[in-house]
Amino acid sequence: MSTLSERILKAPAGEYVDRKVDRAYVHDGTGVLTLEAWKNMGKRGLHDPSSLSVIFDHIVPANNSTTAALQHELRGFALSSFMNFLDIGEGICHQCMSEGVVLPGEIVVGADSHSCTLGAFGAFATGVGASDMAAIWMNGETWFRVPETIGIHLTGSLEGATEAKDLALKYVGELGMDGSTYQSLEFIGESAKGLSIDDRLVLCNLAVETGAKTGMFYADNVTKKYLAEFGHTIVPQLPESCNYVKELEIELSDIVPLIAVPPRVDTVKPVHDLAGLPIDQVFVGTCTNGRYSDLVRFASIVKGNKVSVRTIVVPASRTTLTEAIRTGLLADIVKAGCVIGIPGCGPCLGAHMGVIGEGEVCLSTANRNFKNRMGVGGQIYLSSVSTAATSAIIGEITEPGVF
Amino acid sequence: MHGKGKAVCLAADIDTDLVIAGRYLRTKDRSLWGQHVFEDLDPKLAPRLKGSVIVAGKNFGCGSSREQAAIALHEAGVLAVVAPTFARIFFRNAINIGLPLIESNLNCIDGQIVSFDLSSGWVESGGKRRMVRALSPRMLDILKAGGLIEYWKGKR
Repeated sequence: MSTLSERILKAPAGEYVDRKVDRAYVHDGTGVLTLEAWKNMGKRGLHDPSSLSVIFDHIVPANNSTTAALQHELRGFALSSFMNFLDIGEGICHQCMSEGVVLPGEIVVGADSHSCTLGAFGAFATGVGASDMAAIWMNGETWFRVPETIGIHLTGSLEGATEAKDLALKYVGELGMDGSTYQSLEFIGESAKGLSIDDRLVLCNLAVETGAKTGMFYADNVTKKYLAEFGHTIVPQLPESCNYVKELEIELSDIVPLIAVPPRVDTVKPVHDLAGLPIDQVFVGTCTNGRYSDLVRFASIVKGNKVSVRTIVVPASRTTLTEAIRTGLLADIVKAGCVIGIPGCGPCLGAHMGVIGEGEVCLSTANRNFKNRMGVGGQIYLSSVSTAATSAIIGEITEPGVF
Repeated sequence: MHGKGKAVCLAADIDTDLVIAGRYLRTKDRSLWGQHVFEDLDPKLAPRLKGSVIVAGKNFGCGSSREQAAIALHEAGVLAVVAPTFARIFFRNAINIGLPLIESNLNCIDGQIVSFDLSSGWVESGGKRRMVRALSPRMLDILKAGGLIEYWKGKR
């Protein structure tokens, strides 16, 4: 019997295989180097441009003339070669691919480490670098070592002000930053079935922070219903009994609001232990927590209140932004004193739109708090949206549940 | 595939943001990455890397998929990286740009000569030779070619 990775890659764990890539994507950051590598490989055509996407999300719009020139070249190439091209403001690549594009059972490769996010659909989704991607552009396939799998059994349900991000930080803390290196994660058990697609995307997004090749959910009726809204009919994937290299049990009702302390994602503590720590900036967004459901939770807390530190909210995609405008959430968020960014990665990678200064502390809903990532000498704490919203109002790290 | 150089010892869990910071990525000037390699870890490190073998703790190269991290090490003159484990995207990236990686838990002494041969699968320091897990035949071929670009050029 097979794990989901073995089933999709059609080989047992440990084997090296060549497989056709159903969908491949790059962003403005990795795309430049991919294009250069593809040219240097001999410009031998694109295997199937309809399966390739170029999505501008990392530095959008361009922050200086060097970036603008690099984007200009990549944009021109993407358009002239008939790849799927999403320009500035369409959203974060992983989010755009999650809006009715990626389907269960597909092999998806992104030139970004958080491509594992799309395992939420029961796809085998993983990240590669620019050279690998250039070869995929050319050949339509790549090699994989079929990963061993860690099974994460979820029981019970989240309670109080906890959310999927707290659960994600919980497993990252337990496995550690290299706890799943070369392996994949499968989220299973009765409670996995109860999680929404947005929650699944959060859990799969953090998989790479444990070194995992991907994080996966079996496509089920929740997946079926979500994809039906985009016009897709899918068949659920039934789990088989299979061999996991390791199993982890997490009781969801035991989870409390958690926070990752810089500079490691696996230094995870209860928010309670850090309560009172002053913050300079709050950032809500990214491929982890910038979806519409995140904005709903954020707005429900800040509505009628005022944030007391600068707070940057960046919707994950144009769809998210449009929905937040339509339902009035955006107005609530702006009235509470927040600023809204352009759909994309925002300041997560420390390039623009909210870089922090020496000695500053940012509370972020993103997935990385590495040294200097958002700005030299700044510190990044990672939390859920509810913790970020509550802390933004108070101006210091605060457990959610008070507003 | 084989070589020797002076060891530069580094800690575990060195992420690719630390290898080359995001603020230096938006360029095609590769020499810039070599100049700024490890700037946020130790600004004095870059000039010491020419002809060196980095001996790091586990999970080297975790985090971002940026291939510039592997290129930066190559540009700075690093001959190979030895670590008990590597993050998988960095692993592929390094081989793809022709930078040898060696999976071994080596006791590191700064400046000590480390020699290696990936075709035969060993690494040696302090007079002690250790066998290491062989790279897959495909990865060896890519490395022999000098990286994935050269590998595919050669297949014309």
